Amino acid sequence: MTADALAGRRRWRKPPFIASPYWRYGLYAAAVGYLFLAVADVDLNWSRMVAGLDRGGAFIGGFLAPDFVTRWNDISRGLLESLTMTVVSTIIGVLISIPVALGAARNLAPTPVYYLCRGIITISRAFQEVIIAIVFVAMFGFGPFAGVVTLAFATIGFMAKLLAEDIEDVSRDQVEAVRATGSSWLQMLNYSIQPQVAARFVGLSLYRLDINFRESAVIGIVGAGGIGATLNTAVARYEYDSAAAILMTIIGIVLIVEYSSGAIRRRFL
Amino acid sequence: MPVAEIAGRRVWQRRDAREKLGLWLVWLVCVSIAVVCWQYISNQTIWMFVLDAPEQAFDMASRMSNPRWAYLEVIAKPLWDTINIATLGTLLGVAIATPVAFLAAHNTTPSRAFVRPVALAVIVASRSINSLIWALLLVLMLGPGLLAGIIAIGLRSIGFIGKLLYEAIEEIDERQVEAIRATGAGSAQRLAFGVAPQIMPAFAGISVYRWDINIREATILGLVGAGGIGIQLQASVNSLAWNQVSVIFLAILATVVVSEWVSARVRHAII
Repeated sequence: MTADALAGRRRWRKPPFIASPYWRYGLYAAAVGYLFLAVADVDLNWSRMVAGLDRGGAFIGGFLAPDFVTRWNDISRGLLESLTMTVVSTIIGVLISIPVALGAARNLAPTPVYYLCRGIITISRAFQEVIIAIVFVAMFGFGPFAGVVTLAFATIGFMAKLLAEDIEDVSRDQVEAVRATGSSWLQMLNYSIQPQVAARFVGLSLYRLDINFRESAVIGIVGAGGIGATLNTAVARYEYDSAAAILMTIIGIVLIVEYSSGAIRRRFL
Repeated sequence: MPVAEIAGRRVWQRRDAREKLGLWLVWLVCVSIAVVCWQYISNQTIWMFVLDAPEQAFDMASRMSNPRWAYLEVIAKPLWDTINIATLGTLLGVAIATPVAFLAAHNTTPSRAFVRPVALAVIVASRSINSLIWALLLVLMLGPGLLAGIIAIGLRSIGFIGKLLYEAIEEIDERQVEAIRATGAGSAQRLAFGVAPQIMPAFAGISVYRWDINIREATILGLVGAGGIGIQLQASVNSLAWNQVSVIFLAILATVVVSEWVSARVRHAII
């Protein structure tokens, strides 16, 4: 500051993001310390990486010349399994998530029901789909049924949480108005809550359909059916051209699902 | 307002005849798809195994219900690895996603005809491949270990962070950029003093939110060999040591709850 004053001009400085200097420098020091520890934790095996370069090259080569033909039977079966799993699990999950969402909305549910439903949502959201798949595969055996149960279970947490937040945001006036006609609780739901959340409900369901397809492509890695199992086999056998074909198919379908669900959502919302 | 004549009385109805027909057709199509899909799944399922599921579940629950707490010592290091994978992976994702977001936002991109579609394609590509698949491929190339996990998480995060960040950039108040421009600032100065301060809260919020998601994702990467607690989980499941699995589940649950709390607190403080 004195130097600036001597030079006869004051310079403006950008205000820092964190105002208190103690917090600012404390956080910087903590971040640097953590980064140091974390980077030291990463073990680098250079010779293994050099050996991996060939495989990386082979894999990129596989992408340039994907082989859809040799394993087409496995690919089409895995794909059909993934798609059917996606549809069935989304429907089951969405159907179960409706009552859970009603219970988890503070403005509709009594307190014990509210906490019960919030608990269901928390458990469903805490674990990654693949971890849930491991448990259900152990329970139901290998195959798409375990995958359907896994995805349906994960759908409940996602849908119920977002839908409950939406129900909590509805306008009280319409509920009041329908109630004033002497409607029952179900009629109140059907004529005042449902019209207000329907558009968002359709949007969320389609979004979840999209997510469920993406997840159905991986839970096969732990044995829960779908294209993930095919991909895992192809990679384990070092068949990079088939693996590339499977990945390209997954990406293609994800894009189709995403664009079509976007188009449907635009029509409804 | 559709009103129908029923037995000489005028009754209000929510939809007219055409709307009803359309709705009915949509339902018909949806239900048929559902039935066909269910039939396929049912044919692929060995119902014998499903029928004894309650027995299996009971057995599993009884084995899990006495957790082997001594196992906590073994999983402390993998848990630390998992957190590091998530954090370093998020940093990598942020480092790549930030320039991509600036290239993708229509008010900061250098070229709307060419650069913007490329940046959007990067964002979509990153989002369409799950981090477990990224990890599967990277383990193949880099060998098993943390590095493959970190890169997998980083590549997967680009799409999420990039998408939310470029939307935030597009929503900024252009007048502030204009004001900076009026002082004679160059394009880098306009970004630093006009755009960056406006998106800083969104940027920090998005990064912390993604970090929270990445903790969850990092717990499974070990299943394909990319480091973290997933390796221990896989080993315990394969050896049917369900009393170790329950310890791992509780450890994951605790980590996820803590990370969610941290992320919620930070976002609350910023936004």
